[in-house]
Amino acid sequence: MTYVAKSLTTDGRELIAFRVGDQEFCVNVMSVREIRGWTPATAMPHAPTYMLGIINLRGAVLPIIDLSARLGMKPAEPTVRHVIIVAQVKSQAVGLLVDAVSDILTITNDKIQPTPDVVSSEFEKSFARGVLAIEGRMICLIELEAIFPQEEREAA
Amino acid sequence: MDMNEIKEIFFQECEEQLAELESGLLKLNDGDRDPETVNAVFRAVHSIKGGAGAFGLDDLVSFAHVFETTLDCVRSNRLDPGPEVLKVMLKSADVLADLTNAARDGGSVDEARSRQLIKELEALANGEVPQASAAAPAPVEVVAKPVAAVAPPPVSNEGFQPVAFSFDDFDAAEEPPLMEMPTYEIVFKPKSDLYAKGNEATLLLRDLSRLGEMSIHCDMGALPTLERLSPESAYFSWKIQLATDKGEDAIRTVFEFAEWDCDLEISLVEDEATQSGEELPMQPVPFDLSILDDEPAVSVGVVEEEEQLASRQQDIRNAAVSAAGTASNVLQMAQSAARAPAEKAAPAASAAQSAAAQQAAASAGTPTIRVDLDRVDRLINLVGELVINQAMLSQSVVENDANGTSSINMGLEELQQLTREIQDSVMAIRAQPVKPVFQRMSRIVREIADMTGKSVRLITEGENTEVDKTVIDKLAEPLTHMIRNAVDHGLETPEKRLAAGKSAEGTVRLTAKHRSGRIVIELADDGAGINREKVRQKAIDNDLIAADANLSDEEIDNLIFHAGFSTADKISDISGRGVGMDVVKRSIQALGGRINISSKPGHGSVFTMSLPLTLAVLDGMVVTVANQTLVVPLTAIVETLQPEASAIHSFGSNQRLISIRNSFCPLVDVGRILNFRAIQANPVEGVALLVESEGGGQRALMVDAIQGQRQVVIKSLEANYTHVPGIAAATILGDGRVALILDVDTIVAASRGQSLKPEMSLAAAG
Repeated sequence: MTYVAKSLTTDGRELIAFRVGDQEFCVNVMSVREIRGWTPATAMPHAPTYMLGIINLRGAVLPIIDLSARLGMKPAEPTVRHVIIVAQVKSQAVGLLVDAVSDILTITNDKIQPTPDVVSSEFEKSFARGVLAIEGRMICLIELEAIFPQEEREAA
Repeated sequence: MDMNEIKEIFFQECEEQLAELESGLLKLNDGDRDPETVNAVFRAVHSIKGGAGAFGLDDLVSFAHVFETTLDCVRSNRLDPGPEVLKVMLKSADVLADLTNAARDGGSVDEARSRQLIKELEALANGEVPQASAAAPAPVEVVAKPVAAVAPPPVSNEGFQPVAFSFDDFDAAEEPPLMEMPTYEIVFKPKSDLYAKGNEATLLLRDLSRLGEMSIHCDMGALPTLERLSPESAYFSWKIQLATDKGEDAIRTVFEFAEWDCDLEISLVEDEATQSGEELPMQPVPFDLSILDDEPAVSVGVVEEEEQLASRQQDIRNAAVSAAGTASNVLQMAQSAARAPAEKAAPAASAAQSAAAQQAAASAGTPTIRVDLDRVDRLINLVGELVINQAMLSQSVVENDANGTSSINMGLEELQQLTREIQDSVMAIRAQPVKPVFQRMSRIVREIADMTGKSVRLITEGENTEVDKTVIDKLAEPLTHMIRNAVDHGLETPEKRLAAGKSAEGTVRLTAKHRSGRIVIELADDGAGINREKVRQKAIDNDLIAADANLSDEEIDNLIFHAGFSTADKISDISGRGVGMDVVKRSIQALGGRINISSKPGHGSVFTMSLPLTLAVLDGMVVTVANQTLVVPLTAIVETLQPEASAIHSFGSNQRLISIRNSFCPLVDVGRILNFRAIQANPVEGVALLVESEGGGQRALMVDAIQGQRQVVIKSLEANYTHVPGIAAATILGDGRVALILDVDTIVAASRGQSLKPEMSLAAAG
C-alpha cells in the first residue's frame, strides 16, 4: 500500500496487463478487485451479446462482460482456462472475461504514448487511453468507464 | 462526530420518546394511574424539550414546555387525567410529533392547531390552580411560563375551555404577595450521573442563590473512606434553606436538566419553629458561597474534608471487609455506600444512596446498542453465503465420497445445524416488534374519528410480534389505508349504531400473530359489513363483472380490491378516491403477502393479511425455461397445470389461449418473452403456471418444467448491474449458480403488448 502511494506521488502507476485474442491491454491496478477463474454465467434476457450473464461472487451478483466481443473482436468461447478480472467501475463491480493475465507493470506516465491515429471508430477512441511499448510488445491502456454501455452508467 | 450526527441521534431518540409518550398516554387512557406511567410520559416530553433546547428548535421547545407544565399538574395530582384531559394530551402528542418531524425534515406544521392546543393545555394547567394555590402560595404557573401569559383560571369543573389571555392579567397575576417571603427547604442529592453528564453542583447552587436568601449545609455522611472512594461517584448532598418569592417552580427550573440525576426534595417551611432539620441527621458544614466562584478552592476544600473524614474513619476502615478492586461497579458502590456510613450517623442518607444505586442498576435493564442497518445486512448476506457454501460442500462430499466416511458426514451435519442456527439468529437481529406501526395507527384512528365525527376505539393485540424491519417499514402505508377505510366506510355513525342496537362507540381491532412461518395481521371492525348488493351493482356499472354473473359472497367481497372501486357515495377527504383497496392489495403483494376479506352484514368486516417474516428470502417455484433456471414467486401462482393439446386454442396470428374450466386464458411463453428462444415452445411439452397479476388479470405462463419449490435468498441485480425488465431480482441456488426471479407483473404486461425494452427499465431504475 505504501509502495503504491509512493509510486503514485512520483507520477508513476501500476497496471495489470492481460491478453484478449492476440492483443494485449492493460488497466489501472487500483480498479481491479480480484482475479478469478471462469464459472458458467446465467444468461440475462434482452442483454447485449457481449453480456455473458451474471455469476455469484460470494453472495453478490456480478455481471460478466466478454471483453473480446465488447472491443469489437470475435466473441469468446469461455473455457476453464479463461480468467475473470473483477473490476470496480464507479460504485459497481463488473467481471471482465479475458484470455489470460500476462503481466503487472510499474510505469511512469511519460511511458504512455498517445493512441496512434489509426483507430477507426469513435468507440475505440473513447476507451483507448494510449499505448505502451514493453519489451517489444504493444499494450493498449484502456479506460474501463468507457467500456460500459451508456444506459448502465445512467442506471447506476 | 459533527453537529448533524448529534442532531440525527437526537431525532432518533425523539422518536423513541414520542412512542413512549403515546403508549404512556394510552395506558392512562385505559385507566392506568401508576405514578411511574405519568412520570414516563413527563420524562418523554421533558427530554424532547431539553434536546430541542440544545439545538435551538424554538417551536418545539415552547410547545413541549407548555405540554410539560400541564403534565406536571398531572404528576403532582393537581389535575386528574380524565378522558377529556387525555384527549387533549393525545392530540398534543400528535402535534409534538409533527413539530419534531418538521424540525427534522423542514416543512411546516398546522400552526393554528398547535396554538389551539397550547391554549387548551394552558387551560388545563390552570384549571386546578385554585386548589393548588393553598399548598403553593406563590403564583406558580406564571413563573413557569415566561412566554405565555396566564389568565385567572376558569373555575368551572366541566372540563376546560379555551381561554383568552391578555397581558393585563399577566401583570396582575405577577404581583408577588407582599408578605414575608416563603422559605423552602431543598434537599439536593446528586447522583454520579449528574456529574457524568457534565452538570456541576456548584453552578446549580449558585443559580439557586440568585433566587433569594440562602443558607446551605453540606452532608458528607455518605463519603466512604479514601480507599473505597470512587473518584467518579457522588457522595455529597446539600440541604438548603432558601427564602424566595419566586415560587417552587422557579426552584425546580434551576434543577431542570439535573432533575433525573439527583434526588430533589423541595418543601415549603411553614414556620420557623418546625425548621430545625432534625429529621435527617447531618453534619452541618458551614458553606461559604463565595467559594462557589472560585472552583480550585472548592476542590481543595473537598480534598481536605475527605482527608479529615478519612482519618476519623480509621477504625471503621479497619473493621470493614476490604472489597477487592475498585468500587467502580454499581453493586460495589451500593455496598460500600451502605456499609461505610451505616456505622456513622446518617442511616437515612445511606439508604437513599443505596436505593439510588439499585435503581440505577435496574434501569440499566437489557442493554441495547444501535447498529447501522448496513452492517446487519452485510452480516445477513455473508451468512446467506455461508449457507449456500455449506450446501455446496455437502453436495460435493456426497458426490466424491461414495463410502461416506462417518466422521466427515457427522461433521457436515453439525456444520449444517450450526449454519441454520446462525442464520436464524442473524435474521432475528433484523426482526422487530410491530409495535411502532400499531402505535402510529392509533393516531390515524383518532384523526379519522375526529374528521368523521365517529367514536372509535382501537384495540391492538400482539404488538410484540416480531417481523423483519423492512416489512414493518412497508406495512405502515397499506395499514393506514385500511384503518382509514375501516373507520370511514366500515363503521357506522353513532346514531346508526345505536339504531342497530350496538354501542355508539365503534371498535377496530388490530391483531398481529405468527402463523406457520408468516406474520398474520388482522384488522377487524364491528361496523355494518360490506353491502354486497351495492358492491355488486357498482361492479356491474364499472363493467368489472357481467350483469348476470353468478358470484359467491366471498367473490363479491373481494371485488373491492379491484382498481377504481369505491362504494362511498361521496368522495371524502379520507378515503373514497377509489385508489384505496387495490393499492393496498398491490403493496401487500409486493411484500410477498396475501390479503383476504371476510364480512358479515351487520357485524363488520375482517381483513386478513399474511406476510412473510422477512424480505430477504422468498418462497419460489424453481422452473426451467430454455435451459435456464428461473424462480417464480409463489405468491403470484394461483395453480399449475399440464396443458392438453385439446385445451390449446390459437387466436389471431400468433396468440394462443388455454381453456381452463371453460374460460379462456392467454398463454405466455416465458422463454419467448425473455428472448431466451426465437420461436414459441410447444405448450403441450411444458407446464403452465396460472398467475394473477396486478389488476386481477390472469395469464398462463408457459415454462418447460418445474424443478420444485424452494425458499430462496433475494439478491439485488441493480447493485452491480441494472434493472432488467421482467426480472425482479436474482438468487443463488444450492449449486452456487445465479438464478433469476421473474417479475410476473411486467411479464404479464409485456404479453399485453407493452414491450420489455431497456428504456422502460431506465425509467424504473432512474
